[in-house]
Amino acid sequence: MTELSANSELYAGGHVEHFDPVSNKMGFWLFLFTEVLLFGMLFLAFAIYLCDFPANFKHCSGTLNVPLGGTNTLILLTSSLTMALAIQFLQRGMKAGSIFLMILTIACAVGFCVIKYFEWTHKFELGIYPNSEALNNFIPSIFHHAPTSTLGSAPRGDNLFFGLYYTMTGFHAFHVLVGSILILLAIIFVARGKVHKDRLSFIENAGLFWHLVDLVWIFLFPLFYLIG
Amino acid sequence: MSHHEAEHHQHITPTKNYFLIWLTLVFLTVVTVGVSYVDMHKFTVFTAMLVATVKVMLVVLFFMHLIHEKKVYWLMILAALSTYGIFVILTFADYYYRF
Repeated sequence: MTELSANSELYAGGHVEHFDPVSNKMGFWLFLFTEVLLFGMLFLAFAIYLCDFPANFKHCSGTLNVPLGGTNTLILLTSSLTMALAIQFLQRGMKAGSIFLMILTIACAVGFCVIKYFEWTHKFELGIYPNSEALNNFIPSIFHHAPTSTLGSAPRGDNLFFGLYYTMTGFHAFHVLVGSILILLAIIFVARGKVHKDRLSFIENAGLFWHLVDLVWIFLFPLFYLIG
Repeated sequence: MSHHEAEHHQHITPTKNYFLIWLTLVFLTVVTVGVSYVDMHKFTVFTAMLVATVKVMLVVLFFMHLIHEKKVYWLMILAALSTYGIFVILTFADYYYRF
């Protein structure tokens, strides 16, 4: 192992550096499964309430902006491409190219968040946000196809839809943020030579996390935007 | 030992392949949106989920390199998805038999 051969500092404290890429990757996949279950449970809640309030959910879905959501989908798919390529470039020893591609990935993340910001603030202006008066004054009506208005009283199905909307897209946006920080760290480590083609675990795992963020959105987009 | 591991993961996917997968994903996104304008009543959500599943498989297999990983990863994924599947089945079993 190259780490053992030359650097005497590694022996000074009696501790030997140990790099295990196989475990690094497998452990990270195990973590990803916990994320899948996290979002999976939210999707399950969505599925149940969709069965309870199909008309309301379809109506509310229609109020979401498909072009913006679709653009965000394309942005995240592209960011997955740039991240996968960033790892491949580093495998080939192309450090600068790898860093550039990771910067592109973060740029995509920023673009995604900007669009999300506009979508959310638009809804806020309409009085649609968690615990808003408009959403709280819901009619516990058995007529699930009652008309909705953005101010005043909304049927319970609307409250549930938007509660899930903000929770799930909020959790997702938080993961976009965390993922961006991981990629930023990867850029720093690659620039400093701590992550390189014989020690890829950090950038590979950052990439895996980023792909998970993309996967969640791949399901989020049609369920929230396209069922109306 | 590190030398051995470094050899194991030198399957470098060609750039072209990554672009092809990306193009397919973009195309499937267009399909998803296009199909959503066709009203299939009960099947709308199902079809959307079907296309989404194909997209997810592409990302997992090629961008996340599952296709090059040891077979045990498939077992791990099966375990995780089965756990989730149990939750889904039990929840819906309860839901559909409520009064």
